[in-house]
Amino acid sequence: MALKTILTRIGTYLLVPLLFLLLWGLAASHLNNEVILPGVGQVTALLLRPTENLISMGSLAVNVAVSLARVLAGYLLAVALAVPLGVIMGYYGTVFRFLNGFLALFRPIPPLAWVPLVLAWFGVASLATLFDVQRGTAYLYLNNLKFSMIFIIFIGAFYPVLTSAIHGVNGVRRTLLDSARVLGASEGDIFRKILLPASFPAIVNGMRIGLGVAWMCLVSAEMLPGSLSGVGYLITHAYTLARTDIVIVGMVSIGVVGALLDLFFRVIEERKFAWTRLTR
Amino acid sequence: MTNDYILHLEGVGKTFQTKNGKSIKAVQQVDLDVRENDFVCIVGPSGCGKSTLLRMVSGLEPITFGQVVYHGQEITRPRKEIGMVFQEYSLLPWRTVIDNVALGPEFAGISKKERETRAMNYLRLVGMEAFARAHPHELSGGMRQRVAIVRALANDPDLLLMDEPFGALDAHTRILLQKELLRIWEQHRKTVLFVTHGVDEAIYLADRIVVMSARPGRIIETILVEMDRPRERSHPRYGHLAEQILAILEKEAAQNFSKNGNILEEPF
Ligand SMILES: Nc1ncnc2c1ncn2[C@@H]1O[C@H](COP(=O)(O)OP(=O)(O)O)[C@@H](O)[C@H]1O
Ligand SMILES: [Mg+2]
Repeated sequence: MALKTILTRIGTYLLVPLLFLLLWGLAASHLNNEVILPGVGQVTALLLRPTENLISMGSLAVNVAVSLARVLAGYLLAVALAVPLGVIMGYYGTVFRFLNGFLALFRPIPPLAWVPLVLAWFGVASLATLFDVQRGTAYLYLNNLKFSMIFIIFIGAFYPVLTSAIHGVNGVRRTLLDSARVLGASEGDIFRKILLPASFPAIVNGMRIGLGVAWMCLVSAEMLPGSLSGVGYLITHAYTLARTDIVIVGMVSIGVVGALLDLFFRVIEERKFAWTRLTR
Repeated sequence: MTNDYILHLEGVGKTFQTKNGKSIKAVQQVDLDVRENDFVCIVGPSGCGKSTLLRMVSGLEPITFGQVVYHGQEITRPRKEIGMVFQEYSLLPWRTVIDNVALGPEFAGISKKERETRAMNYLRLVGMEAFARAHPHELSGGMRQRVAIVRALANDPDLLLMDEPFGALDAHTRILLQKELLRIWEQHRKTVLFVTHGVDEAIYLADRIVVMSARPGRIIETILVEMDRPRERSHPRYGHLAEQILAILEKEAAQNFSKNGNILEEPF
């Protein structure tokens, strides 16, 4: 590629963000009130020092890590449950009819609506309570993973993954199953060697969407009592101190981490599933 | 040749129950005997129940009436002695060609090394060894069906069921694959039950042609081809047989038309 086309291409990507930053900068200097809108430089300076202690809540990097750990805990639980359940529901019509009506009742409930119930059930219990750890660094880590938060994130990620697994299995052509059966496939072979790989692209797609939803549930989960860390909590706490610059820093880091997680799945899809694009 | 029947169909029928409570009679009262090493072709108008019949023989489709007996045992589920090749694209798109061919031995628990050797031998049989590491989407339609055929053979079945395996191919490729199939059949002495709606294909391949009626499919005529192989399409008997079979099918279609108004319409 010629240097000129490379530059043009980079320009196309950067044009809109740069315009946005320009407008932000103009508006900030016009308003001249850092509680309503802090300047670009102020926010960038904070972002460039991610390990600095913010409003005595620890650094940005640590809070992002805590949030990631929570999201992953709830998300992995959701995937571990939704994938097998979805594959089984997609394959056995009876199981689908048996469970779908029930599951459909809970699907429209926003994860946030679960908060009161979840607090009544779990309170401030955490993984530290579960493993009965009461001090030391292990306690610090595990106590950050409250059941209530994991539950909210779990609910958010569960349905996209379940739906896509069911959908993926439903889309497996009958001929593939039939040809495996005449070749002597057992029921286990059908699941492991036909249904799972055939619906894998759909499942990974659902996992990508589910992770996005899980990440979005983060702020609501971290507003729950007992939370003293995480990006979501950082945002709400900074708000009470009128530190709008830190609010924006938190928002930017949620956006960046979310986009990176999405990119990760896109790369997998691109690498592993070339055959879905190339098969008619 | 012994008088041994490998496959025996007695009063076989199939009625589908649709979701809205209607029943569709797809196959009715089929009696058929197939001897070891026979090459039997089933011809009939499309929608007459040929695939349904073959699926019942394979054990994939539950039988409503009568029974299918294979080597003295009633068929209730698929078994590895009975292989099947489908018209539609049936290779696993995420597996390489060799891993597709090795699928049957893999299900049987044969070691990776041994099943790859076996798969490779079968690929060689149809000149596809160079494509062992390719994926199905890189192959032409004819190559895919070659792979589908050797995948069935790699399981070493005694009886091979073929459901319009060349139906989606262009005329030239189809003729090429018919020749190859006969060569494999003569070399490996399998028994073949081959469904087609092509009269020419049936005459080129079969020892015996079974003509089915429009739905519900019944056997209306059985014709012995009695020509030496390789068969010449210009041979007078070839044309004579084609005329005979087409006349039967035409008469059947006409009767069905006067009965139902339109053979394509669902009479239920
Ligand atoms: N699973 C099914 N449920 C309901 N009807 C079916 C089913 N499978 C096939 N049929 C009907 O049975 C008839 C015969 O189908 P088929 O055996 O595929 O015919 P052919 O292979 O001769 O074209 C058709 O009318 C078809 O609509
Ligand atoms: Mg058919």
